[in-house]
Amino acid sequence: MIGIQYGLTSLIFLFFGFCLVMLMRWQLAYPEQPIPFIGSWFGESNAPGGIMLPEFYNQLGAMHGTIMVFLGIVPLAVGAFANYLVPLQVGAPDMAFPKLNMASYWVYFLGGIVMLSSFFLPGGAASSGWTSYAPLAVVASVGQTYWLFGMFLLITSSLLGAVNIIVTIIQLRAPGLTYFRLPFLVWAQLITSFLLLLAFPALEAAAVMQIMDRLAGTSFFMPSGLVVSGEVLKYTGGGSPVLWQHLFWFLAHPEVYVLILPAMGVVTEIIANNTRKPIWGYRGLVYASLFLGFMSFAVWAHHMFMTGMGTTISTFFQTTTMIISVPSIVIITTLFITLWGGSIRFNTPMLFALAFLPMFGIGGLTGLPLGLNATDIALHDTYYVIGHFHYVVAPGTIFALFAGIYFWFPKFTGRKMNEKLGKIHFVGSFICMNGIFFPMFLVGLAGVSRRLWDGGEQYAHAQGVFRYNETMSIFSWVLALFQLIFIFNLFYSMWKGKKSEENPWQSTTLEWATPTPPPHGNFEVTPTVYRGPYEYSVPGHPTDYLPQNQKV
Amino acid sequence: MSTEIIPYTIEEREDTGVNNAKLGIWLFLTSEVMLFGALFSTYIFLRVGTINWPVGSSFLSVPMAALNTVFLITSSITMVMAWLSLVDKNFSAYRKYMLLTILLGCAFLVVKYFEYTAKFEHNLYPSTNTFLGLYFTMTGLHVLHVIGGLIVNIYFLFPGSKMWESNPERFKNRIEIAGLYWHFVDLVWIFLFPVLYLL
Repeated sequence: MIGIQYGLTSLIFLFFGFCLVMLMRWQLAYPEQPIPFIGSWFGESNAPGGIMLPEFYNQLGAMHGTIMVFLGIVPLAVGAFANYLVPLQVGAPDMAFPKLNMASYWVYFLGGIVMLSSFFLPGGAASSGWTSYAPLAVVASVGQTYWLFGMFLLITSSLLGAVNIIVTIIQLRAPGLTYFRLPFLVWAQLITSFLLLLAFPALEAAAVMQIMDRLAGTSFFMPSGLVVSGEVLKYTGGGSPVLWQHLFWFLAHPEVYVLILPAMGVVTEIIANNTRKPIWGYRGLVYASLFLGFMSFAVWAHHMFMTGMGTTISTFFQTTTMIISVPSIVIITTLFITLWGGSIRFNTPMLFALAFLPMFGIGGLTGLPLGLNATDIALHDTYYVIGHFHYVVAPGTIFALFAGIYFWFPKFTGRKMNEKLGKIHFVGSFICMNGIFFPMFLVGLAGVSRRLWDGGEQYAHAQGVFRYNETMSIFSWVLALFQLIFIFNLFYSMWKGKKSEENPWQSTTLEWATPTPPPHGNFEVTPTVYRGPYEYSVPGHPTDYLPQNQKV
Repeated sequence: MSTEIIPYTIEEREDTGVNNAKLGIWLFLTSEVMLFGALFSTYIFLRVGTINWPVGSSFLSVPMAALNTVFLITSSITMVMAWLSLVDKNFSAYRKYMLLTILLGCAFLVVKYFEYTAKFEHNLYPSTNTFLGLYFTMTGLHVLHVIGGLIVNIYFLFPGSKMWESNPERFKNRIEIAGLYWHFVDLVWIFLFPVLYLL
């Protein structure tokens, strides 16, 4: 199945992206000390004597962001989970366009190869941040061109995937499966796919123009009279660096919701299943997500308060940003209220899902001061921002995706993952994630810039918080050790795990109504759906769950 | 995995009124609208920030572009005729109209080729100024779309047309979908022509 290919590839990329940042954390904790053990691997051009050069640090930073977002989380949350679960949950024999599906995976794979190969270029990989702001990115070394072509492939892959997912959901729903009987995960994937479909082309256009700027000498993003290293650049000028930011964030803000919506979908499924209760306010959840998806196209410039685009525009985007926090709160509240009065089963997937709620809460609430113009100006270029979005994506989305892997592992393989190892993995990751990201708020509030290669060592105002760098770094390396437990558990359980029954979590949704692994065509008989997705603990029913396809 | 087991590949789903491929192509076209929309927005953004914006016709040849407009609009008509021929089960008429569509598309490219080379001969390159940068990028991306459409159409004229024997209904749908794309490419040009050459 392509879903599993997507899953494994993206997990490898996630781990690789994590490795990049672990190197950076060494430099931040112990500036200009040689990297132990592996310092000599990076060559004289990147780390002479094992000491990381600023240029190499910048490459690692840019590629960490790119890999985590575009090669790790999106392919895992959308590529893997949607590909595997959407057809099963809507009762379809397969994705609507199987060949397109395959193409989408291989184009993604190729994009990943292009991105990785750029490390071996003269001048190394892209080093202008995952945002590739112009004009810096336009004058950067050849790695940036590879980045742009790599993005091109990744965008193409996402577009093919998005079309496929939307068509599958709209066209291949089983008889009786009306829109308001869809599991929330399917809704989340539907909205996510629309975001991918409509937001990604803006970056595609921007990438075309940056390629033109770099290769054909146009001046889309180049202002007049730019001087680099004492020389006036040959560009005719007249372009606008802010234009790049507009186009980039027109993609990248909806992208934030691409990262979070599937996670919310996964968490919703798991919470309903393990509280043995229907989701409180399912329709509200769906409407809130639709509104969230819609609004996500009207908030992008809150990433750009610092560009001097004008107070009127800033005020507009500040307002829309405050509005978009409402549906997010609705979604989180819905999930919290669902917990109320449930008899909760604390298995590994549920632990991760429960941790998602406060972690996403911290990430979301710390975003409010960034959405307000006045406070953003103080906080914008500091570690506070890094703390904020990592809380959303790392202990937020990644925890939700871990939850999903533990929860659907019996569906993928017919075996359960080891609970004891799973719980160790959870506790360790939970403590370490907070140990990494919480100090970032303190460092950020002290005013330390997030772009410093030495972690602020030479700045007077950073002295009080500099010691936290070491704390964060140690937590990040310990976090890696706990991920080794997960990796071991994943492969061990694949072959040696406890055999699971057909519906090990006593779940109501359709993916558990097929044999494991699903045969050609997924279902032996096309299922008919009689009710909504969360009929748990129905009064009068002998079992505490009532599957969607069961006739009473 | 074979596609035979997937429902609504050919027939329409009752409650949505479309088959899978048609919904797919419309979704694809919306994303294309966003792609070209971003480029047109760029055009507006850069133009309002510039004091002296050149008149398009001072660099570009309006008659040539007008001729190209005629080529593309006509090719859209022949594309519809190709599909209608299949509806009438007239395969030889289909081949004729499809060939005509392809030839008109090629004629468009030939004219475009002369336009581009004329610019280069006068030392007008994308790097010359912002207007020309936009002109080459936007029309260049459009040309790539035309080439893509031509490849699809050539496939359906020769090897792909075997499906007419085995599955005529599906083949007819395919031509309709290729047509939707072709009309979109045509439509983009209808916007590019006035924006770049006339305004």
